[in-house]
Amino acid sequence: MNNKEKILEVKQLKKYFLLRNGLFRTSSASIKAVDDISFAVYQGETLGIVGESGSGKSTLGRTILRLYEPTDGDIWFQGKNIAPLGERELKPFRKDMQMIFQDPFSSLNPQFTIKRIVEEPFLAQSKLSKKERTEKVLQLLEKVGLSEDALTKHPHEFSGGQRQRIGIARALAMNPKFIIADEPVSALDVSIQAQVLNLMKDLQEEFHLTYLFISHDLSVVKHISDRVGVMYLGRIMEIGPKNAIYDNPLHPYTKALLSSVPKTNLKAKRERITLHGEPPNPAEPPSGCAFRTRCPFAHDRCITERPKLAHQGEGHFVACHLFEKTAANSLSS
Amino acid sequence: MEKRETIAVGTMAADDILLEVEHLKTYFYLGKDKVAKAVDDVSFAIKRGETVALVGESGSGKSATSLSIMGLVPSPGKIVSGSIKLNGKELTRLSEKEMNNVRGRDIAMIFQEPMTSLDPLFPIGDQIAESLLRHKKLKKKEAKELAIELLKKVGFVRAEKMMKEYPHQLSGGMRQRVMIAIAMACNPQLLIADEPTTALDVTIQAQILDLMMDVKEEFDSAILLITHDLGVVAETADRVLVMYGGQIVEEGTVEEIFQQPKHPYTKGLLKSMPSLEMEVERLDAIPGSVPPSHQFPVGCRFADRCKFAMEICQKENPALFQTNGGRKVRCHLYESEEGEHE
Ligand SMILES: Nc1ncnc2c1ncn2[C@@H]1O[C@H](COP(=O)(O)OP(=O)(O)OP(=O)(O)O)[C@@H](O)[C@H]1O
Ligand SMILES: Nc1ncnc2c1ncn2[C@@H]1O[C@H](COP(=O)(O)OP(=O)(O)OP(=O)(O)O)[C@@H](O)[C@H]1O
Ligand SMILES: [Mg+2]
Ligand SMILES: [Mg+2]
Repeated sequence: MNNKEKILEVKQLKKYFLLRNGLFRTSSASIKAVDDISFAVYQGETLGIVGESGSGKSTLGRTILRLYEPTDGDIWFQGKNIAPLGERELKPFRKDMQMIFQDPFSSLNPQFTIKRIVEEPFLAQSKLSKKERTEKVLQLLEKVGLSEDALTKHPHEFSGGQRQRIGIARALAMNPKFIIADEPVSALDVSIQAQVLNLMKDLQEEFHLTYLFISHDLSVVKHISDRVGVMYLGRIMEIGPKNAIYDNPLHPYTKALLSSVPKTNLKAKRERITLHGEPPNPAEPPSGCAFRTRCPFAHDRCITERPKLAHQGEGHFVACHLFEKTAANSLSS
Repeated sequence: MEKRETIAVGTMAADDILLEVEHLKTYFYLGKDKVAKAVDDVSFAIKRGETVALVGESGSGKSATSLSIMGLVPSPGKIVSGSIKLNGKELTRLSEKEMNNVRGRDIAMIFQEPMTSLDPLFPIGDQIAESLLRHKKLKKKEAKELAIELLKKVGFVRAEKMMKEYPHQLSGGMRQRVMIAIAMACNPQLLIADEPTTALDVTIQAQILDLMMDVKEEFDSAILLITHDLGVVAETADRVLVMYGGQIVEEGTVEEIFQQPKHPYTKGLLKSMPSLEMEVERLDAIPGSVPPSHQFPVGCRFADRCKFAMEICQKENPALFQTNGGRKVRCHLYESEEGEHE
């Protein structure tokens, strides 16, 4: 993967939300939703991001797209650091980065016809004639498997899976290179989920798309991704090629997470690593390693020192003191 | 946890049967000529101590089925016909007051979002104690003590302190544990759990499922588990009911359903699911989508999405055929019995 070109690289990215107490006072406390994250995404690949609710997956995606103002850090997109750019300088990049959301319904204007929704980006960005726009919209609808009679309908006339197709068509309108999909199939039934996952794979191939695929569903992420990053409390605990993460997980959290997924194979021996307790309050994260309060292997060093992502070979990185034998090969320093 | 031996339904002895649902129809009257046939001729039985999973796509009628059993079908819906018997006693003809006694005491229910079923204004201790007082002859103090005991049973070490806390102070997983404590307060014979872990993270889901199975073992309750997660089904259920378009399309033991599914829908469902154990380049998706429940076709409700569909499938909705092997499948392929088409 390393000989491939990086399309995106985030370096020490942080996004903190200030906690308000009372209506106007802001306290000094904050939620470190994204807390010093560094990783790269390569051209044409799918990087899956998994993690439990509140681990910061959506915040990470939105901060990369500059829908949220980063607190600190760099976002290198196609060779330029877009983190400090103002809205006007961002404009040319906006076209190349798109987002697909979990609930397409809330992101589709209920008053508009599908034609109006999908052609929206053309209205703002290019000088196409009405006829050309309709042509474009029809092409896009066909790509996502919707027929011409969808044009004049409104979002509520479609099922969840069809609405997700509409959301995808709109995201594709400006020929983006990079798409962040935030739980794109989580609201869908399995039979429909499979349709949308297949569609996303087909489109990736046809348009050479790069995906950052966010999901809490480990099976879905395994299916769609080339590489996978595991988040916990605003941090990446482990990242690497899909097979390294799923077949040879190193971080105790990744292991517990994988063992918690219910298996459909009745013959598989269930060896569940039960995690006790709940994820910590994100406003008061533990010192040192974020996972130490639930980790069966936590020791003194985990309380005092935050583990760095350390390379274990072949692009497999893990942030855990159990694997941090040589300080020299750490990634973020 | 060991799975217990399962016996085919056909051999169910009458006094083994806890719940028996027969030809249940629950419709929602949505307006002129618009009737949603949410539950449309559903029959099944649950034995004492058994875990039965009800699976199916969104809108297939799972919740409507469970609400019918609880006598809680919201307007504009109502039970149109059919019978629901608990220990041989007909529930559909009970008065609201009699049904109130059944709920909580004989049948308890937990929902996907526990926040909506907990009262935000009262400490959780009061809520558990109150449900105990409603169904048991206890003094207030005894109810409190029993509530603490129940909270300990669902895994809260600091149960005494928890009694005074409010629902919003708890996480989703903790609230669901409280709901299980409340549900188990009166030792119900049947626990209906409607997507109890759908809103929870996998690590918390694992805790809750383990807890449900432990509690079931201890109280010897039967469970009707409603879920769309086939992994959850495989890990917890003895028997499985597959629902599609308001009807049960296949019924079998968990082994039968997962290892030898018969209905094209069940097969499709299993194939369309990505799994951790097996890797495929493309998923085998089922084309199309579920017909809306106010517009079911005359023929088989799955025919439009079925790759085995024949002429008869468009014309006639198949009955729930029983095969020689004691399987139940609603599919014309099995009409001529054991005439299996793979
Ligand atoms: N706009 C916001 N203001 C304040 N806090 C926020 C905001 N958005 C997110 N947070 C907090 O940041 C943390 C990370 O949230 P985020 O939504 O990114 O998690 P997630 O991994 O996407 O979770 P989920 O799986 O539930 O979608 C959480 O503690 C959340 O409460
Ligand atoms: N309160 C209601 N008012 C009107 N129609 C309803 C109501 N509840 C259910 N229905 C109809 O009954 C059908 C079955 O709904 P039900 O809630 O039982 O589905 P479900 O299988 O539980 O789905 P899900 O997996 O989404 O929870 C739906 O198609 C819906 O249109
Ligand atoms: Mg999110
Ligand atoms: Mg439901």
